Amino acid sequence: MEHVVIIGNGISGVTTARHVRKMSDKKITIISDETDYFFSRTALMYVYMGHMPFENTQPYENWFWKKNRIDLVKNRVEKIDSTNKKLLLKDGSEMSYDKLVLATGSSPNKFGWKGQELDGVSGMYSKQDLDTIEKYTKNIQRAVIVGGGLIGIELAEMLLSRNIPVTFLVREMNFWGNVLPKEESQIIANHIREHHVDLRLNTELKEIVSDENGRVKAIITTKNETIDCQFVGLTAGVSPNIGFIQDSEIECNRGILINRHLETNIPDVYAIGDCAEQENAIGRRRPIEQVWYTGRMMGETVAQTICGNRTEYKPGHWFNSAKFFDIEYQTYGWVTSRIQEDELDYYWEAPCGKKAIHVVFDKNNREFVGINTFGIRLRHEMFDRWLNEKRSVEHVLEYLKDANFDPEFYKQHEEEIIEGFNKKFGTNIQTKRKSWKRIFTTF
Amino acid sequence: MKIIKHIGLGIFIIGLLIFTSLIFVGKYELTENTFDSFVKSKGLKSELFINDIQNNVVGKEYSNPFALSSDITSALENANKTYKKEQKWDKVIWDSPHELSYNLMKPSAKGLVVENQGLFFFLTFGLGIIGALMFIIPDVVLLGPAGIKNDGIYHNKSTNRGWIGWITAVYLVTFYIILYFFADYIVNLIYLVNPISKALSGNGASQWFLYGFLYCTVMTVMAVRMFIKYRHNKYQIIRTASVLFFQIGFAFLIPEILVRFNMPYFDFKNAWPLDYDFFFDWNIKSLINSGTLGIFMLVWGTIFSIIIIPIFVYFYGKRWYCSWVCGCGGLAETLGDPYRQLSDKSVKSWKIERYLIHAVLVFAIIMTAVTLYTFFSGVDSFFGIKTYEIQKVYGFLIGSIFAGVIGTGFYPVMGNRVWCRFGCPLAAYMGIVQRFKSRFRITTNGGQCISCGNCSTYCEQGIDVRSYAQKGQNIVRASCVGCGVCSAVCPRGVLKLENGPEEGRIQENPTLLGNDIDLMKMLKDK
Repeated sequence: MEHVVIIGNGISGVTTARHVRKMSDKKITIISDETDYFFSRTALMYVYMGHMPFENTQPYENWFWKKNRIDLVKNRVEKIDSTNKKLLLKDGSEMSYDKLVLATGSSPNKFGWKGQELDGVSGMYSKQDLDTIEKYTKNIQRAVIVGGGLIGIELAEMLLSRNIPVTFLVREMNFWGNVLPKEESQIIANHIREHHVDLRLNTELKEIVSDENGRVKAIITTKNETIDCQFVGLTAGVSPNIGFIQDSEIECNRGILINRHLETNIPDVYAIGDCAEQENAIGRRRPIEQVWYTGRMMGETVAQTICGNRTEYKPGHWFNSAKFFDIEYQTYGWVTSRIQEDELDYYWEAPCGKKAIHVVFDKNNREFVGINTFGIRLRHEMFDRWLNEKRSVEHVLEYLKDANFDPEFYKQHEEEIIEGFNKKFGTNIQTKRKSWKRIFTTF
Repeated sequence: MKIIKHIGLGIFIIGLLIFTSLIFVGKYELTENTFDSFVKSKGLKSELFINDIQNNVVGKEYSNPFALSSDITSALENANKTYKKEQKWDKVIWDSPHELSYNLMKPSAKGLVVENQGLFFFLTFGLGIIGALMFIIPDVVLLGPAGIKNDGIYHNKSTNRGWIGWITAVYLVTFYIILYFFADYIVNLIYLVNPISKALSGNGASQWFLYGFLYCTVMTVMAVRMFIKYRHNKYQIIRTASVLFFQIGFAFLIPEILVRFNMPYFDFKNAWPLDYDFFFDWNIKSLINSGTLGIFMLVWGTIFSIIIIPIFVYFYGKRWYCSWVCGCGGLAETLGDPYRQLSDKSVKSWKIERYLIHAVLVFAIIMTAVTLYTFFSGVDSFFGIKTYEIQKVYGFLIGSIFAGVIGTGFYPVMGNRVWCRFGCPLAAYMGIVQRFKSRFRITTNGGQCISCGNCSTYCEQGIDVRSYAQKGQNIVRASCVGCGVCSAVCPRGVLKLENGPEEGRIQENPTLLGNDIDLMKMLKDK
């Protein structure tokens, strides 16, 4: 029986295992030293905030793995011997494989700051990070977060839930400015401040200052300002976990290099999820995509290949979502921080300043390119379909009510949105009433 | 603000302590007059009991309810024992001992509480309400900007099944046991709401009036909490307002007012089989004897249960009843909301749930069938099942113990929908309709789920919502009461409660959106 070994029990690895099991009887082993069971990494914040106990972040009950004959090994792979198809584990034991899937995830970036290894400095990625944060944030007066992305704002929310004042250093002039257009950044920045976070844009970390016990007592910014704090959260992005792979024959750049079939340069070795780097970026996607959904989709794909149906990784239309404190964000298609030259955009914001949408379309043929939405939920299926069908922006707006996914009785804004669009572009779009028939046909 | 909150909590606890301690104050004296008229009105023939009470109880002053209750109930039991031995059946008193004792003790109470009903109403209900509101209202500011605020729920000993939760559970269970079975102990508490009852129905309060009034009060106060907690969510606000309206209007005020006009006590929104005694012969007879309105009530109750309920479930799911109208649901969604996360989500508990709730439904149907058989044929048993016995067993086990003592008493340890999930026969009946013939479902949004588990955690019905959402599968479950909280707590906008076309509602082979179209199709066809 062929032995499929998966290193990493995150969403990528576990999806692979599940799909391989669905399609075959192969022996499946997942190796991880992070936790006994798969948990939702994106839910760790809720454990700290007291919304959920840790067990609730585990999507499958503990009997699931045995029932599906997926062996879980809590250990760490130290070395990969791809010639003999063998793994050397931390406890000295060896394990042989027929197919190897690397789904090792990533770790928080540390850019060589002075003091980055002190007690009370932590990223926010792993279960171990969570335990560290729990340990070092008891009864503290202030925390500093470095790096303004999704994890940074989540960490801010976590700390505030325990009434810890937060100073938030963001390198860019705009919050998450490499992804969000200025208007959206502004909404989020306002909302962060509404939550009494001391948000410092255009500010970087210079060094972290230690007290006599090797614990953080302050940080110094590049503007030479000293901020007293007892905890520092490093959330300036993450990098692939490839430490133990670099001395194997498997080719790496920043991540493990893979082709469109998710294959590495070594036969029968695949890499997926956070740790993988596409040799050539797919469309407008980045070569390394550290996103839950792409990890999952790569897992679905590589399982096909492993089970004899060699499949190219062809992700569908880009989508993503997040929550910034109380404001939900979804995106479908492409809305880039700087609108491309051949594109036009339309931005609408509700008077409350907590709801907005940003639509981008092609200047020449008016094809719908993408949408950002804040505080309004949209139906993934509709946008996926419109993008497949290459619909015009007028079509999307005309049928926008079909795509509303807010709970019942919520205030709807389509009329205002379209009125604004008509005014800006001199169009005369009339909204169509929501139709179940349209929503549920075809797919 | 925090200080106000703490003071509020203090005032609430003082009110609760006074409320509880009132059981032990005051005096009781059964007078000759009271007893004679009671014997006459009841037509008691038990000389042993009458003599015993007259010699040993009448005219004696008791300083607590327990001693008097014990004297009365033991007199009753002794007398009955003798008569049963001698087979003098007409002299046996068939009333339950504590019910009879309650009827004697209510007019016998005197002293502090009875003489100062207004004052003590303020010191109990008044302080309780003021304290609770002082505890709740500062949240408008303290919770910060509107949004989901579940911070610290699992760090709090009252909401994480900690010691405060257990104490609360013990208190509630004790309260329900006393209320249902030992009402004679809480005569003083019943006097607290006596003036209100008189104003409404013209009659003095009973323990059921006390319960109804307390129920409405608790729901109102806790609804304020809901309005604040979910002030960003219109679905939650409207739904909470709706259950509150139906509880206060339909379950509490209208029946009391009907009584005032000499009409039968009737809750127009209650439905069989939750309203398990609707078809009991005493109810049918009383309705038939109450003129046109009574007949209307009988017809309405029947049509409501058998036709209107399933039709509405077809269009909107059972949520229209369970979390918009029902009184049990109303308490669960207000008082019970802080405990919703404690429901067990395992597959095992789902299994237990299905056996239990459908067994209760079958039990209710058999009991009703037997009851109606007796009603129309006049034969008091059916295939050896004694109608009166089965009614009594159902009333005790399901009506009192399951729905009340366990259903509400266990909120702080098993979640707020214990009864609705494991026991309610109406929920079971509507659940079958919802599962197989309804437009209602919870739609999952393409591929946006991140398996975080908030939806499952906060599902009061113990549905593992995530297990559907992460597969991209619509949630079509018999037990879903459509409270909408899964959708509210979802950080990625994945869940939406919808009433849509039946076609495609139940998905056999769901796929998650986002991947290669050909691959998704392949996965789907598999």
